[in-house]
Amino acid sequence: MSRVASYSAAVVAMVVAAPAQAALPADPLGSPMWQRLGKSLFGDAPVRFDPRVRVIFPDIAENQRQFPVAIDARGIVGVKRILLFADLNPIPLAVDYTLGAAQPYFSTRIKLDQRTPVRGAVQLADGSWLVSGGWIDAAGGGCSLPPISRVKGDWAQHLGEVRGVARRVAGATRVRLAFRHPMDTGLIGNIPTYNLEEVVLTGAEGRRFGDLRIEASVAEDPEFALIVDALPGEEIAMAGRDTNGIDYAARLMPTTVAAPR
Amino acid sequence: MIDRRAVLAILAAGVAAPLHAVPLRYTIDPQPVAPDLWVVRGVDAPIDHANGGAIANISILRTAAGTVLVDCGPSLRYGQQLKAAAEALTGMPVIRVYLTHLHPDHIYGAAAFDRSIVAATPALARSLETLGPSFSDGMYRLLGDWMRGTEFAAPGKVLGEDHETFGDRRLDLYPLAGHSEADLAIVDATTGMLIAGDLVFHDRAPSTPHADIARWLASLDRLGTIGHRAVIPGHGPIDPTPGAAIDQTRDWLSWLRDTLDRAVAEGLDAVEAGNLAIPDRFAALQAARYELQRSVAHFFSRIEEQALPRVDLRR
Repeated sequence: MSRVASYSAAVVAMVVAAPAQAALPADPLGSPMWQRLGKSLFGDAPVRFDPRVRVIFPDIAENQRQFPVAIDARGIVGVKRILLFADLNPIPLAVDYTLGAAQPYFSTRIKLDQRTPVRGAVQLADGSWLVSGGWIDAAGGGCSLPPISRVKGDWAQHLGEVRGVARRVAGATRVRLAFRHPMDTGLIGNIPTYNLEEVVLTGAEGRRFGDLRIEASVAEDPEFALIVDALPGEEIAMAGRDTNGIDYAARLMPTTVAAPR
Repeated sequence: MIDRRAVLAILAAGVAAPLHAVPLRYTIDPQPVAPDLWVVRGVDAPIDHANGGAIANISILRTAAGTVLVDCGPSLRYGQQLKAAAEALTGMPVIRVYLTHLHPDHIYGAAAFDRSIVAATPALARSLETLGPSFSDGMYRLLGDWMRGTEFAAPGKVLGEDHETFGDRRLDLYPLAGHSEADLAIVDATTGMLIAGDLVFHDRAPSTPHADIARWLASLDRLGTIGHRAVIPGHGPIDPTPGAAIDQTRDWLSWLRDTLDRAVAEGLDAVEAGNLAIPDRFAALQAARYELQRSVAHFFSRIEEQALPRVDLRR
C-alpha cells in the first residue's frame, strides 16, 4: 500500500470513527489554536465562517494594553450570543455577551499578548455559530504588564467609579460604559486574578437588555459599547460584580442626539 | 565538459548566496532646497521594515565651519550612512547634530556621531533622560536588522542659547512644544528656511503619541509670526510657502480635536471613532487613517474620562 493511500485510509478511519460531532471548518486564518479553542468554545455545535460577522479593529495595535475591537452582526437576524476572543492570548476569551432586547453590536478594548487572530463569534437561535476575524500584529506583553493603576497605586481609590452615556440614535439606544478596574490577569508576580466578571443591563421591570461575562483579558479600566432596544423614556440599570464579590451599580437615562454624520 | 568540482562550486555558490544576503542599505539622496541646504526626504509612510524606519526628513547645512545636521534618522546604520553622505556632499566634517524632539525616527541615528556635537534643548535633554531609550524595543521589533547595533545616545550638548552661529551662518533656535514635551524649530537666517521638526507635517497626517494639541496649536501660531520664507516639515514634501504646511497641520489638529470630542459626546466607541469619515480636504495627506486610529488610541479614553458623566450610584 502506498504511503498516500495509507494516509487516506487513516483519514477516512478517523472521520468514520468520529461520533456525531460536527468537524470544525478549516481556519482561514491558519491559527495554531483554532481546533483546540473551537472545541472548547463551541463544543459540538455547528460552526461556519461568515463575513457578515464584522470584526472591526484598527490597522495598528498602538497600545497592546488596550486594543479596541467591535463586533457588528447587525446584518444577521436572530443573534442571541456574541463571543470575542483572541486565539494567542493566554486568556483567549475576552467577553461572552448574551443578548436580550438588544441589537448584535458590541465593542470593548482587550489586551494583546502577541500577534494574534482576533475573532468574533455569534450564536443563532438554532445553536450554530458564525465566526469571523483577522490577524493583528502587536508588541508583546499586554497581558503580562502590570496595570497602570497598580503602578500608580491608586486603583482602589477609583474602584466602583463608572462613567457612561446612553444616546438614542435612529430608534436604538447606544450605551457606553467605562469602569475603573485593574483587571488583573494573574500573570504578574504576586497579584492574583482580579477582574470585573459580570455586567447585566436591564430596563423597566427587570426587562433584560444583555448580560456580559467578562474575562481578565479585557483591558484595564474596561469600556463597553452596546446597542439596546430601550423604549422612549425607559431608564437603563447596570448591575455588575467582580471576582472579589464587589458589586457595581449604575443608572443611565437615554438622551436623544441627532443621527450620526 | 564541466567536471565534478566545477559543479560543486556552482552548487555552493547557489546555496551560499541567500546566506550572505546583501547588507541592508538606506538610500540617502540629499535634495537641494536652498543655497548650501539639502533635505534627505523620509518616506511618507509609517515605520516599516520596507523603509527601515527612514520616514523623517533630515536637513543638511554647509557652513564655513563645517556641516550641520538637523535630526539624524532611526538607526546607527542610518546615522553612519548619513554622516558619510553629508560629508561627501559638503566636503566638510559634521560639527553639529540638532535633535528636534524625542521620537526615534529622528534621533536614534545619533549613535553614529561624537556625543559632544549632538545637541538638544534643556527640555528635550530632560525628556530624553527617561524616554530616550524607551523606544528601542519597539524599533527593533518593527525593523529587525536595520537596527543592528543601535543604542540610544544621549545628547552631549545642552542648548541654553537662542541661536548658534557656524562661520557666517546663524541658526535661530525656537524651543517650542505640543507635538511632544519639547520640540525644537530652527530658522536658517541666511536662507529664511524654517526647519520645523515634527511641529509641521505636510501632506502627511500628523502623529500624536506624545502630543498636547492645545500647546501644539499655540506653537503653530508662534511659527506663523517668525517671518520665514519656506518650510522643511518633519514629514512630507518641502513647503515653498511660509504658511501652507503650517495651516494644513493646524487644520488637521483642529479637526481631530473637534471630531474626537464630538464622537465621545455622541456615545461612539473607539473603533467607530477610528473609522469616522476623513474630510476630502485631507485627501492629499498620507497615512491619514493610520494616524487617526493612532490618535484615537492616544486621546479617546482621556476625553471620555473628562466628558462622560459618572453614572454609578456611589457618586
